[in-house]
This record gives sequence, structure tokens and C-alpha cells, in this order.
Amino acid sequence: MKRGFTILAFVTAVLLCFALYEALIVAPTEQTMGNVQRIFYYHVPSAWTAFLLFLINFVSSIVYLIRRNTKADILALVTAEVGVVFCTVVLITGPIWARPVWGIWWAPGDIRLTTTLVLWLIYISYLVVRRFSTSGKTPVIAAVVAIFGALDVPLVYFSIWFFRTQHPSPVIGDGGALDPRMAHVLLINWAAFLCLGWLFCWTRYRLEFLKREVEEAQALESLMEVRR
Amino acid sequence: MNPMHYLYAAYIATWVIHGTYLGILVRKYSRVRREMESLRK
Amino acid sequence: MSFLGITSATLAKDIRLEWRSKDAINAMLFFALLVVVIFSFAFDPTAEESRRIAGGLIWVAFLFAAVVALNQTWARELRNQVLDAYRVSPAPANPLFLAKAFGNFIFVCALEALMTPLFIAFYKLRALGPAWELAPIALLGTWALVVNGTFFAAISLRTRSREIMLPLLLFPVSIPALLGMVNATTSVLSGDEPARFWIALLLAYDVVFTTACLLLFELVLEAE
Repeated sequence: MKRGFTILAFVTAVLLCFALYEALIVAPTEQTMGNVQRIFYYHVPSAWTAFLLFLINFVSSIVYLIRRNTKADILALVTAEVGVVFCTVVLITGPIWARPVWGIWWAPGDIRLTTTLVLWLIYISYLVVRRFSTSGKTPVIAAVVAIFGALDVPLVYFSIWFFRTQHPSPVIGDGGALDPRMAHVLLINWAAFLCLGWLFCWTRYRLEFLKREVEEAQALESLMEVRR
Repeated sequence: MNPMHYLYAAYIATWVIHGTYLGILVRKYSRVRREMESLRK
Repeated sequence: MSFLGITSATLAKDIRLEWRSKDAINAMLFFALLVVVIFSFAFDPTAEESRRIAGGLIWVAFLFAAVVALNQTWARELRNQVLDAYRVSPAPANPLFLAKAFGNFIFVCALEALMTPLFIAFYKLRALGPAWELAPIALLGTWALVVNGTFFAAISLRTRSREIMLPLLLFPVSIPALLGMVNATTSVLSGDEPARFWIALLLAYDVVFTTACLLLFELVLEAE
């Protein structure tokens, strides 16, 4: 277990350095956007990683409701938290990219960025519920909230899609195929960020596990003291 | 502003966010460790 | 007792309580009135401008006012352990939820019926599109707010600082519904585009979340 973690940490560090090198030096410069386009190599992989983590959160919430398995609950908590971190990266790098390319920081009609913002809000509220719940059945309530959030995603997507058709906004350059060299760099960056996300999740998972054990032991100890 | 600045800003922001999260994890971990030590006594 | 029997009994009880105390409706009315007055000072709109922003103003006012009522739905049942009594009784959970949701729906609809004339007077509104479409928009939109609001109010019952928890939970999930209501109302008022898509979106939202609430409410009620 511990050795696996060290290996993963090492692989992640190497991959991240390699991906940075690829993104800044190897990848060809985009013709219309210039070097700013390289933000893409951090922005898009972070978004994919965040969506994947939220998907795992959704699945493990359902698994928890069916099986009542503590591991599924911890996994749901961990993926939501790390997902929010990656989502934050997406939301910060998005406007930094939009500003020089579109001339504006934020386009409310942009489907992907706005959907990501709503997702971010939903999962923040999920984490707040977990934090503030006084019920002994916090995991059940959290799982229910997670399912509501996931159900909301397609509705958010469609509503913003229609919003855009009414309020014209800058067209995003996803028309046309990606240069194969760019796709290659993108995939390497995605692999690197996936490893980083995995590393975060692993650490957070062990942390939560230890924390729950400590809390249990503390409760037991205070019980013993009462008896004495 | 030079477009390169936006590029650097985005990359730095990404690493600041990840670094902050890592810092939070380390702090939480050390707190759990401390509590474990105090329990063992 | 049958499903409908429990629903109607709970609903009748809630309405009678509200009729005697008028707690929720008074608080909501005053709150919405304040919002209208403050907005009318904040923006001094001409007729053309107000047509564009009124949809947003109306629904924001109703949303905030509805939260006031929603917060009281379940808190009322905590006194005298009514909710615990319900939990140990053999009655299923869903009729209770439906009764609460219908109750809130009636209160918020009453609020809207009383406030809409005021809005029209303050903002000199006149619909340029088909005005009858406002009725389905209002009904579907109110249900969208109320069904999730009732559900999340039950969840926030077991959290610290529950009055703040409800909007924190409700608003992010309600964003598509709010977009639907606001844009549908604006397109009817301005008559620029058809509101049909937005009404369909609201309908889909209502169907999805009513189903989800009915499937999951029992878990929330049992979670103590």
C-alpha cells in the first residue's frame, strides 16, 4: 500500500514535468490565438478530470444508498472535494483564456464554462451539507443531495444551450479537427492531471479513514472515562 | 497586455490552487497524527 | 388510511394552521412587498427597459419570499415531536411530502396572485406576447421551486444554522428552473421569441425532480 503510493507519487511528478515541457515547448503554436492557446492544455484536462470525479461521486452515492458501505461514502466525499479543486482550476483558467481571445472575461452564454460554474456551486453546497449536518445519518443525506445535483446537470446544460441561442455569444473554436500533435500533448497532460487527481483522492481517502478511526477511538475513550 | 502573461498567469494559478489544496491536506494530516499520538498515551 | 386520505388530512391541517396564524403568508407578503419597493427605487425603469428586467425581478422576489415559507414547513413539525410521531406511525412518507409540497404551492401561488398586480402597477407592465402563457409558466415555475424547496427544507432540518442551509442547497439546483421561468416571462412580456421551449424545460424539470423527491423522501425522513 505504502509502496504503491510512493510509486504513484513519483510517476505523477515525472508525468507532470514531462507534460509541462510538452505543453510549453513541444506543442505547436496555434495560428490565430498564438501562445495563449497553450492554456488549453491545463484547462481541458482539468475539466475532464473534474467531470470524471463527479461521475464517480454520483455512482458511489448510489452504491452507498443501496449497500450502505462506508467505503463508498468516503469515496463520494473524497471525489467531490478533489473534483471541486479541479473545477476551480477550470473556472480560473477559463476566463484567463477568454480575456485575450474573446476580449471578455466571462460569457454567460458559453455552455461549457457556465455548466461548470453551476456544477461547482452544486458540489460546494454538497460539501457544506456534509460539514454542517448534525444528523447521525449524514452519508444518507449527502448521497441524496449528490443524486439531485447529478440529475440537475443535463437540465443545466440544455437551459444554457437554449439561453445561448437567444443571446448570441462568441463562438468557441472547436470547429475542425485538432492537430494530431496538439491532441497528443493534450492526452499527456490529461494523463498527468488524472494521476494528480488520483494521488489527491488517495491521500484524502486515507486521511478520512484515519480521521474516522480517531473519532471512534476518542468516543470509546470518553465512554471508558465515564465508567471509571 | 502581452499574451504570454495570460499564459503564465493561468499556469501559475493552476499550481497555486493545487499547492493550496496539498497544503490543506498536509495540515489536516498532521492534526490527525497529533490526535493519534495523544490517544496512544 | 389511503394515500389520498393521508395527503388531504395533512394538507387540511396545514391550511387550517396557516389560516389561523397567517405566519407564513404575512412574512412572505411583507418580504415580497419590500423587494418590489426597493427594486423600484434601485432601478427607475422606463416601460421598454422594465419589460426586459421585470421577469428577473418578479421571480427573484418570489424565490426569496418562498424561502421564508419553506423554512417554516418542517420547523413547525419539530415542536411537540410531530415529526417523530409521524416517523413511528405506519403511514408512508410520500403522502406527507406531497401534502407539504401542495401546501407550500398553494401559499406561494396565493402570494403571486396578490403581488402580480403590484408589479404591474410599479413597473407599468403590459405583455406584448401571448399573455395566457404566463399562467402555465407561473404554475410550473412555482411547482419547480416548491417541490425541491420542500425536499431540501427537510434535509436542512438536520443541519446547523438551517435557515441559511436551505437557500444554499436550493439555489444551485434551481438554476435551470430559474433560467426557464425568467426567460419565459421575459419572452412573453417582450413578445420577441416564443416561450415554448422554456415551458417545456420547466415541465421536464418538474417531472424529473418530482420523481426524484418521491423516490428519495423516505430516506430523508428516516435519517435522524
